[in-house]
Amino acid sequence: MFAFIVSRILQAIPVLLIVGFISFAMFAFVGDPVTVMLGQDYTEAQRVALVAQLGLDKPFFVQYGNFVWRALHGDFGMSYRLARPVGGLIAERLPATLELALSAALLAVAIGVPMGVFTGIRRNAVLSRLFMLFSLVGVSLPTFLIGILLILFFAVQLGWLPSFGRGEVVQFQHWSTGFLTSSGRRALILPAITLGLFQMTLILRLVRSEMLEVMRSDYIKFARARGISQRSIHFRHALGNTLVPVITIVGLQLGGLIAFSIVTETVFQWPGMGLLLVQSIGVADIPVMSAYLLLIALVFVTINLAVDLLYFTVDPRLRSGGKR
Amino acid sequence: MGLLDVIDLTVEFPTRRGTLRALDAISFEIAPGEILGVVGESGAGKSLTGAAIIGLLEPPGRVAAGQILFDGKRIDRLSSEQMRPLRGRHIGAIFQDPLTTLNPLISVGRQLTETMQAHLKLSDRDARTRAVKWLEDVGIPAASERVDAYPHEFSGGMRQRVVIALALCAEPRLVIADEPTTALDVSIQAQIIALIRNLTQSHGTSVMLVTHDMGVIAETADRVAVMYAGRIAEIGPVRDVVLSPGHPYTQGLMGSIPALDVRVDRLRQIDGSMPRLGSIPRGCAFNPRCVKAVALCRQERPDLMPAGATLAACFVAADLAATGRV
Ligand SMILES: Nc1ncnc2c1ncn2[C@@H]1O[C@H](COP(=O)(O)OP(=O)(O)OP(=O)(O)O)[C@@H](O)[C@H]1O
Ligand SMILES: [Mg+2]
Repeated sequence: MFAFIVSRILQAIPVLLIVGFISFAMFAFVGDPVTVMLGQDYTEAQRVALVAQLGLDKPFFVQYGNFVWRALHGDFGMSYRLARPVGGLIAERLPATLELALSAALLAVAIGVPMGVFTGIRRNAVLSRLFMLFSLVGVSLPTFLIGILLILFFAVQLGWLPSFGRGEVVQFQHWSTGFLTSSGRRALILPAITLGLFQMTLILRLVRSEMLEVMRSDYIKFARARGISQRSIHFRHALGNTLVPVITIVGLQLGGLIAFSIVTETVFQWPGMGLLLVQSIGVADIPVMSAYLLLIALVFVTINLAVDLLYFTVDPRLRSGGKR
Repeated sequence: MGLLDVIDLTVEFPTRRGTLRALDAISFEIAPGEILGVVGESGAGKSLTGAAIIGLLEPPGRVAAGQILFDGKRIDRLSSEQMRPLRGRHIGAIFQDPLTTLNPLISVGRQLTETMQAHLKLSDRDARTRAVKWLEDVGIPAASERVDAYPHEFSGGMRQRVVIALALCAEPRLVIADEPTTALDVSIQAQIIALIRNLTQSHGTSVMLVTHDMGVIAETADRVAVMYAGRIAEIGPVRDVVLSPGHPYTQGLMGSIPALDVRVDRLRQIDGSMPRLGSIPRGCAFNPRCVKAVALCRQERPDLMPAGATLAACFVAADLAATGRV
């Protein structure tokens, strides 16, 4: 198991280096950072000094090496737009995005899994048909439309929930959390639903089809023939066997939630990384974009590792690995 | 009255093209401690009979008529929640393929304790002790260490032993074993059959043993039911069915078995094949293949009638028996 973790981490390194290379290439070749940073009036001496300061006079691979080295230390250069270190900018925005993505994922799992189990077991019940109809809506409506409809209804019409922003946040060291204030929690509801709805319906459908499959299996029939209770059959015997694919999808989706919260963050003016990215793309703020790219790669690699580790806890066939 | 009485059991599958009658008025009984062998070609309805008894017919299949009595009480009308306490506790089942009948994610000990605790008031510790004991009883070496192992850590034969322990651990009075050795390596089939026979004998458990192996039947069963196209063609004490069968179909099965080590589905000497459910001929279902068929056989469907020491669903055999020329 330990060997497995090490090998997975070793495998992740080339992935990160390649993404790093792309993000560096973007940094180095898209646009001209020197002219952007110097503005309109500058002397040749200023230009040469800046080129040297940025290391742009060095050979290509030395520059790449430097880029990786600095990235490892959390130094991603300066934002063109805000003239502040990109590392700090992202660190500031990260908590908002992570809290939103996590809430959305929790919501999706906490509602999607039971709905999937129910529709898988009682496939002909009226409620199951309603759930499936709901999932069709969730899958087919675009995120921004869901967000706007939610705002229209719950914020504008009913006035129950805020339509934008993060509410009050509490600061812990470098982490700002909205979980601890009531306005923060209220502000989280609509964006989390918007972001999580697609995932929720995806999980619903996945769990349902896996359940249908597993419920037909011989070991479920045998469990029935032994007089095991319905509840244990559904939740211990059947659900357990649907978990591997569900964990895979939820894991990948969580990465997706973080990476693609852009739309939701834009609709709700949520001060996270997605919003930062959108604002940066607008003015070709390359350092922010390349750092964002790297960060997302890191997120995916980490989540994949976590997913692999979860497989081990779920499936004993993997745990004993070497043995038969 | 037996432990199990099946009376005119009829199982149907409603389909778009009409209702398929897969079991047609089957009657038999199993006495306490008795082993009833059930043989018949593929599709004869052996598995359906077992599934109907334990209440696990897959929809849309349903018991359309007849009764199933267990210990004198009707069980064919029970809801699945009413049937649950009987399953495992009073009627157990052993399935065919041990590779797929064990839940891969739950340790064998856990599957055993869960089954026992579903039916018997047992503390966790007692249940575990019993689980180890059961694994020993079915011949798992180093049972106290293996109790926490998962199904994939056992070989096919060992897994079937675990399945047997699971089927018997709540001490049912009847076990339905549906081809318990078909999926296993030939070299261990005899061991598994011997294990089932010995364990059920020592607990006084009745067995309905479905198999294709006439040798197993001859060695293990007390009585035999021969099934054909959803009906019982002949039923009687194993000696009589094997040595002096009344039904021409059984005669065909037995006639070609010099050493009884032949599987039913390999028999070739009866021309033709069993009719499909939708196209069962008028009269006796066997009549197109029967060398002894008379006009009546094409008109009327024979019920089980005395034919020597057995009951056979055959006019010719019954007639022979009645006129004393067995
Ligand atoms: N879901 C179903 N729908 C329609 N017909 C079915 C269904 N399940 C079983 N049958 C029919 O019922 C008949 C009896 O099937 P059964 O499984 O009891 O046969 P069997 O004697 O156990 O055969 P085998 O030796 O192959 O296991 C078969 O003809 C089969 O086609
Ligand atoms: Mg069968």
